[in-house]
Amino acid sequence: MATSLTPPSQGKKSGLKPAGTLYRGREGMWSWVMHRISGVLIFFFLFVHVLDTATVRVSPEVYDAVINQYKNPVMGLGEAGLVGAVVFHALNGVRIILVDFWHKGTQHQRKLFWGVVVVWFALMVPFLVRHLTNVFTH
Amino acid sequence: MSAPEQTPGGSYAPALETPRSPYKRSRSTRPNWELHGWLFMRMSGLALIVLVFGHLFINLVQGEGIHQVDWGFVAGKWSSPFWQTWDLLMLWLAQLHGTNGVRTVINDYAERDATRFWLKMALYLATVIVLVVGTLVIFTFDPCADPTRNFDFCSAA
Ligand code: HEM
Ligand code: HEM
Repeated sequence: MATSLTPPSQGKKSGLKPAGTLYRGREGMWSWVMHRISGVLIFFFLFVHVLDTATVRVSPEVYDAVINQYKNPVMGLGEAGLVGAVVFHALNGVRIILVDFWHKGTQHQRKLFWGVVVVWFALMVPFLVRHLTNVFTH
Repeated sequence: MSAPEQTPGGSYAPALETPRSPYKRSRSTRPNWELHGWLFMRMSGLALIVLVFGHLFINLVQGEGIHQVDWGFVAGKWSSPFWQTWDLLMLWLAQLHGTNGVRTVINDYAERDATRFWLKMALYLATVIVLVVGTLVIFTFDPCADPTRNFDFCSAA
């Protein structure tokens, strides 16, 4: 039902379909989505991690058996992914803090996001070289 | 269906105060939990950068990386109050930060009251389990429990 609130461009005559209503933000939205996914992922990892670390109290044999599961190449790739998520979440957390507290933070928020991406690569490249060498050449 | 008196701001226009009516400045005396949570997320986040990055560096990068980790490695670290304190702080800050974060995510996506309630109960239960188990493990761990491994810090006693 067309009311006076319907914008003219969405009326029948224009023949145009109304624009989609799905919000597609730019850097701001993607950093938010990635921050949320990485945070929840680390949360679930931490739950498993504290429980498997608890097996140190069962016996050295049980702990070693559990931790050896983390040493095969598939888990090695999983660890690389986990570290990637932790590093992104931490750097983007700093970006959020700067936007909140630094008086020029909002003005530079887009640059800050690309700063996060650059520092992420700068940390991850040496880490991956080191970690993947450990995992695949042992 | 005919809605009564639809205004752009909602069904009913809010009552307007007279221009000079005295403005109530009395502050609520209740603590502002959402504000404290917001600040806690930022402060714990900054501390976790040091704690988690340090943890990953020691356990995953230096030495033989993941291959060095076994019971003896943990015994070596937890024979020192420094690493016990480090891990205790990391455990509590990471878990409380993560719980508060996931609480926000549940509030955002679970629309039914009952779903939201039970998801949060599961979240708090998991939090209590992790904090209790993790804390007990740090304090009750005995690095000299394995007689087949003779660390020099064990022979002293
Ligand atoms: C793949 C990467 C990781 C490895 C190999 C690893 C390894 C270990 C090891 C060997 C311990 C035993 C004590 C110690 O060494 O300090 C431990 C404990 C712990 N780790 Fe990690 N960790 C990893 C990632 C993480 C991350 C990302 C977090 C934080 C979110 C974390 C949080 C903790 C906590 C809180 C404890 C203490 C557990 C307790 O109180 O029982 N770890 N980890
Ligand atoms: C490494 C250092 C970390 C920093 C600097 C950091 C920083 C932050 C910041 C600033 C926020 C935003 C809070 C808000 O919007 O009010 C946040 C949210 C969150 N963090 Fe962290 N964090 C860190 C580690 C962790 C860890 C270890 C976990 C998991 C155990 C975690 C899980 C979460 C979750 C689930 C959220 C909520 C995301 C959302 O609401 O979209 N974070 N973090």
